[in-house]
Amino acid sequence: MRFMGMNKQDWILFIGFSVVTLLGPIIFSPIGAGYPDLLQKFAIYGIFALGFNILFGLTGYLSFGHAAFLGVGSYTAVWTFKLLSMNPIPAIIFATIIGGLFSAAIGFISLRRTGIYFSILTLAFAQMSYNLAYSVLTPITNGETGLQLTQDDPRALDVALGRDYGAVLPSSDLFGIDMTGYPGFYFCGVMLIICFFISLRIFRSPFGMMLRAVKSNQNRMNYTGLNTRPYALTAFIISGMYAGLAGGLLAVTDPLAGAERMQWTASGEVVLMTILGGAGTLLGPVIGAGVIKYFENIFSAFNDNILEQAFSFLPETLQHIMVQVSSLFVGEGWHLTLGALFMLIVIFLPGGLMEGMRRIRNLFVSKPPGGTGSGGSADTPVQNPA
Amino acid sequence: MDAILLQILNGLDKGGAYALIALGLTIIFGTLGVVNFAHGALFMLGAFCAVSIKAVLGLEKVTLDPTQTTAWGTPLEIRQPYVEAWFGDLGATLLEYSVPVSILIAIPVMLLIGIIMERGLIRYFYKRPHAEQILVTFGLAIVLQEIVKSIFGANPIPQPAPDSMQGMVDFGAFLGHEAGNVVYPIWRMTYFLFSLGVIGLVFAFLQFTTFGMVVRAGMADRETVGLLGIDIDRRFTIVFGIAAIVAGLAGVMYTPILSPDYHMGMDFLVLSFVVVVVGGMGSLGGAVLAGFMLGILQSFASMNEVKEIIPGIDQIIIYLIAVVILLVRPRGLMGRKGVMEG
Repeated sequence: MRFMGMNKQDWILFIGFSVVTLLGPIIFSPIGAGYPDLLQKFAIYGIFALGFNILFGLTGYLSFGHAAFLGVGSYTAVWTFKLLSMNPIPAIIFATIIGGLFSAAIGFISLRRTGIYFSILTLAFAQMSYNLAYSVLTPITNGETGLQLTQDDPRALDVALGRDYGAVLPSSDLFGIDMTGYPGFYFCGVMLIICFFISLRIFRSPFGMMLRAVKSNQNRMNYTGLNTRPYALTAFIISGMYAGLAGGLLAVTDPLAGAERMQWTASGEVVLMTILGGAGTLLGPVIGAGVIKYFENIFSAFNDNILEQAFSFLPETLQHIMVQVSSLFVGEGWHLTLGALFMLIVIFLPGGLMEGMRRIRNLFVSKPPGGTGSGGSADTPVQNPA
Repeated sequence: MDAILLQILNGLDKGGAYALIALGLTIIFGTLGVVNFAHGALFMLGAFCAVSIKAVLGLEKVTLDPTQTTAWGTPLEIRQPYVEAWFGDLGATLLEYSVPVSILIAIPVMLLIGIIMERGLIRYFYKRPHAEQILVTFGLAIVLQEIVKSIFGANPIPQPAPDSMQGMVDFGAFLGHEAGNVVYPIWRMTYFLFSLGVIGLVFAFLQFTTFGMVVRAGMADRETVGLLGIDIDRRFTIVFGIAAIVAGLAGVMYTPILSPDYHMGMDFLVLSFVVVVVGGMGSLGGAVLAGFMLGILQSFASMNEVKEIIPGIDQIIIYLIAVVILLVRPRGLMGRKGVMEG
């Protein structure tokens, strides 16, 4: 049973994913994540990681400069708000296109090299963009302050349609629906579902097969007389467009763009999300993005008082020690947790959380994976019954 | 002419730091085949060695002098560092020269840190793909810098150079130019000479000792050296320790130039990686050459005359050069054939 190139299993996965995304406010409320600000972040960084995964997961090219595309997307979206309209649709369209163009230029040069040289090249380009955004490009990027909306922006399209925001600073709205709170989340959520669908199609397509072939052995592909560069470049551009879209959505939910989004640590973050979830799997990157953003939110809100309550069942001296030790890892020290978690994942579970889930399932189910599991268990990177 | 000379001088100390970090990176890469993203953290740890030694030396004994009172009517507190109380003038000199003194202590500390890192983590990653090596060392770098942040705080901690080395040297007069045109801080000059000294020692060690010979043999063909019955792994562990020392010393001596804070390692890491790649992965000479070259070019690019022609060039020059070099000379300036081709 096939429909649009995907079999029944894929459709179950896709529909399950959509349902979980759309019911997010209900599903995630028991763990304290059922509010739109955080869910929005899940969706946006999910898109970013999905795109990164198309490059890294499928072709194996480790880019350390993807934050540049995110930043470019944000700047483009804010400029669209300023010049054209507060409607998010033109903003994200332009963000995606400019992200794609930008990545086409960088990818065209960087893909001449592979391995660590590729990583360094992308890193170099991203750092160049970051440094330029901070210094010479200040007329476009507004430097350290960050690009912001002002009351007297032209907004040509809005003016032509006779919309007037009065004397307040406008926020983005989709045909009258304000893009804050739940509408904002649903806008991002629908984008995430669309992106997931595209990513699913790419994974199951001959093109995706070709990208995996590039990852497994590029030399062999070259010896069979095939030029792999166009395939890798296409994957690079697609992932750049995803990043541009994610950047655009960041600007939609909060119309502000700063250069720090392009810094190389931001590129490191998306690598982390993808690895944590499981590079080369469909769901992994989204899960990784969700887990990191969730714990970032929870852990950085912890303080000594909450910790003392948590360890209140212990004797006082022991409680004091536990609070001292664990306070290193929460609040300001959240990055320490992140770094340690990251190391543990790379050391013990190179396949990420998806690999972990598969291992746990294999403990209980003796038959090989691939049954009609629901949601997360239905995709294995190699099994592709196409 | 003087302006050009001044810019070359300006680039030398930064170039020295790049060269030292890149040298360690490339030694590790050439011997162990590991891409170490935590090398910047070693540089930072070295700098914080200097910070903690100064803090220890500066521990003060507080005595109350009942004969004198402060403006508030309380007895005057007399603060005197313990080292001064115990050793007198020698103690005062120690405190004064805390940064150079730190070198002596940083060497064993960094060696230990390097060996622990290699035995505890890196050796399990010899056979894993480069991507995973990058990722795990990146994680380690985050952990190290967050630990330092939680101990020393997030603000830069200034470390003064000894008084006698704080002035300027009139380099122009030394070369017979007009006096006062080319002046240069003594400490930066010292840093440059120091980095040359360390680089010389590392090269001499690899070139003229039996240990170094074995290491070089191992770099060329690890398997054959192993077949000859030499325990190459143990030597490589020590090589990792040496690379850690080199990075640490670069950090110790850099503290008077740049007040150390917890993310200084990350800032230098990216640039040092670019330096290594420009010089050619695994090439020691290339790393040194590229380090000084990029340092000097960077200082030229920050001249106002250059910035007027190409605005923003000072921000991107290093990356721009890296891109150009990688595209025209894939192996970097002095890269060896067969090492990380691609």
